[in-house]
Amino acid sequence: MPQGDYIELHRKRNGYRLDYFERKRKKEAREVHTRSKKAQNTLGIKGKMLAKKRYAEKAQMKKTLKMHDETPSRRKVDEDVQEGAIPAYLLDREQTARAKILSNTIKQKRKDKNAKWAVPLPKVRPVAEDEMFKVIRSGKRKTKQWKRMITKATFVGPSFTRKPPKYERFIRPSGLRFTKANVTHPELKCSFNLEIIGVKKNPNGPMYSSLGVMTKGTIIEVNVSELGLVTPAGKVVWGKYAQVTNDPENDGCINARRCPMKIVIPTGNPTSAPINIHSISFFVLQSDPSEEVGGVALESGSVNGGPYDAWLPLYEDASND
Amino acid sequence: MEVEGDKEMDNGNSVMCQLADPEGNPLGTAMYLPQNAGPKELQQIVNTLLNNEDKLPYAFYISDHELLVELGNYLQKNKVSVEKVVQIVYQPQAIFRIRPVNRCSATIAGHTESVLSVAFSPDGQQLASGSGDTTVRLWDIATQTPMFTCTGHKNWVLCIAWSPDGKYLVSGSKAGELQCWNPQTGKPSGSPLTGHKKWITGISWEPVHLQSPCRRFVSSSKDGDARVWDVTLSKIVLCLSGHTLAVTCVKWGGDGFIYTGSQDCTIKVWETKQGKLIRELKLATNCISGVVVVRLSLVLNLQGHGHWVNSLALSTEYVLRTGAFDHTGKKCSSPEEMKEVALARYNKMRGDAPERLVSGSDDFTMFLWEPSVSKHPKARMTGHQQLVNHVYFSPDGQWVASASFDKSVKLWNGVTGKFVAVFRGHVGPVYQISWSADSRLLLSGSKDSTLKIWDIRTQKLKQDLPGHADEVFAVDWSPDGEKVASGGRDRVMKLWMG
Repeated sequence: MPQGDYIELHRKRNGYRLDYFERKRKKEAREVHTRSKKAQNTLGIKGKMLAKKRYAEKAQMKKTLKMHDETPSRRKVDEDVQEGAIPAYLLDREQTARAKILSNTIKQKRKDKNAKWAVPLPKVRPVAEDEMFKVIRSGKRKTKQWKRMITKATFVGPSFTRKPPKYERFIRPSGLRFTKANVTHPELKCSFNLEIIGVKKNPNGPMYSSLGVMTKGTIIEVNVSELGLVTPAGKVVWGKYAQVTNDPENDGCINARRCPMKIVIPTGNPTSAPINIHSISFFVLQSDPSEEVGGVALESGSVNGGPYDAWLPLYEDASND
Repeated sequence: MEVEGDKEMDNGNSVMCQLADPEGNPLGTAMYLPQNAGPKELQQIVNTLLNNEDKLPYAFYISDHELLVELGNYLQKNKVSVEKVVQIVYQPQAIFRIRPVNRCSATIAGHTESVLSVAFSPDGQQLASGSGDTTVRLWDIATQTPMFTCTGHKNWVLCIAWSPDGKYLVSGSKAGELQCWNPQTGKPSGSPLTGHKKWITGISWEPVHLQSPCRRFVSSSKDGDARVWDVTLSKIVLCLSGHTLAVTCVKWGGDGFIYTGSQDCTIKVWETKQGKLIRELKLATNCISGVVVVRLSLVLNLQGHGHWVNSLALSTEYVLRTGAFDHTGKKCSSPEEMKEVALARYNKMRGDAPERLVSGSDDFTMFLWEPSVSKHPKARMTGHQQLVNHVYFSPDGQWVASASFDKSVKLWNGVTGKFVAVFRGHVGPVYQISWSADSRLLLSGSKDSTLKIWDIRTQKLKQDLPGHADEVFAVDWSPDGEKVASGGRDRVMKLWMG
């Protein structure tokens, strides 16, 4: 152990040796050669260990050099002509937010090929009545059986007031009520948590639509006003349609996908056969009302022989005014 | 003063008035005016007092409210005291009237990416647009068809600017290079001007009354520099560096100053006149003989904003842009004549008052400056609830309009900086505004895909112009007032007519 910092003390008093820095520089310059010689001459386990150490050093050095290099990829971003040009006054803004915002141009694209549109889920399993409802027995002796509890997720509007419990035929449990849905935009590949405005169509029947029951395949209307879409006339679009893609009652949340502009589906009370929405019913109207309303005539009675001459226009496009 | 002699002093139906110009200088002495005198009579009085040969139209304002009815009526309605001298401000109006545009006359496709900038030539006969597809396009206004496609840029064309004599068109791209084009042939004149390291944010030409034919222009860039270029030499003349962050806009003033606004919250004023004093830039020695050696110094550093400066506007900007061309459509035969005409127009526009500058900022406010008088702002204009993206002086310098991301356009008095009116109606951020040549109408383009025309007199929406399928990035009202051009994200150019 050194007894005190006598070297520092000496240097403090007398300064460095005159050739100190020269010798130091030379020693450092020679260091690589010495190390190289040593590495070449070391044998056995020591040689292995030294080689490993030197390799690690070299790898580290390369990594460091690379880190300080100019990244070719970043430069490329500047040079390449990118899509979605924006003017100079927007270049420093909303760079990040941009991708998340639904662009009207995308909406435009959809219009062009809307003949191809179909709902995301063309086929839905019909839900039988005894699965949808649970019979509640009431009365003093529990003999009356006219009350029903809905076992699926429901949407209840904010202005809803309950009837007196005594006369309430359908009970919508508050645990299964939802006000928000996660709506995926298939082209932007991102999803938004949007407020539900209403249930537009439940494929199992109009009664379920009016009750606000959301099963898989149900078309709901969501509030998109915060996405900042505008109509060609410069009004804010606030309602858009989406189809539920999961079983909300099992998952505890509602996932949905954005739907095309106009859909017409038949009404009817399917029983046990799967409702093949695709083949019979879902088709798309032209977005321009002045054009011929693209109606594919429904073969009457295609579902279980029932007469399905009544059609319900599922919705008018909210953005079309 | 005959009018004064005519009035009936004794019946008490007259009111003591003092006419004054927008700057507040009195015209004649205070006089008794009969209460049944309306704007028409006042107009006669002003024309007589000013000894105008042609009778010019005027508008009259009493404490910033326009006088539209008879004096007596107005005083009664607004309960103005007749004990005091009523100050009536007269403001000259344009002698021509621009018809408001109300229909889309053509939708011209051609660009394959968003249209980022649109500009009419100073004489209003040509139209150019720059786009994200890296081209500049020149359009034939008469037939409303594409004329030339100028390719050569490597990236989005962000800015375009016509020289005030209409001989050149300069475009700046996101890659930082500038290119000068001949609008007659659509061919590039000279090689690309490189020097900026990042994208170009603004271009401004030297006013034609300072040098004719036009040679020099200044460009600003994201890299924090502004550079002055000479088109005949295809060379950089000098580099104005001093801003610590991106320069967002640049204007070449009529007095020979260059104004730059930057993201470092300052506005710098640069001096370009020859031999005035000052430090000579080393760069100037590179210039070959025959070029005016420009000496340059930083004259002023205007500080006040708390955030980025987004936009600058000069009170004389419209005259500087149009140069020698006015609403009559007269042509100048030689550059010298052009210079004279432009100088006369500039002096008439400016009057005795100093050039005013207004700056819009990210701190939601605007400042009114008189850089040649003081380095302190003349007025602070507050009221916007979001950043101010674009400010623009009306062609006669009386008004300032500001476009903001709070979806509104606000109108301010261009002399005092007082708030006048707010135009609401857009449902998205307002990106750009443009004035009609007679200062009576204002055009705004917004993210909500519409253009709107506002009437300054009634302070109401005059016309709603829907039609674009997506955001409107650029609007321009042609200096002759015939047409409006707009372009945006939906990749089409739209021409609107009255």
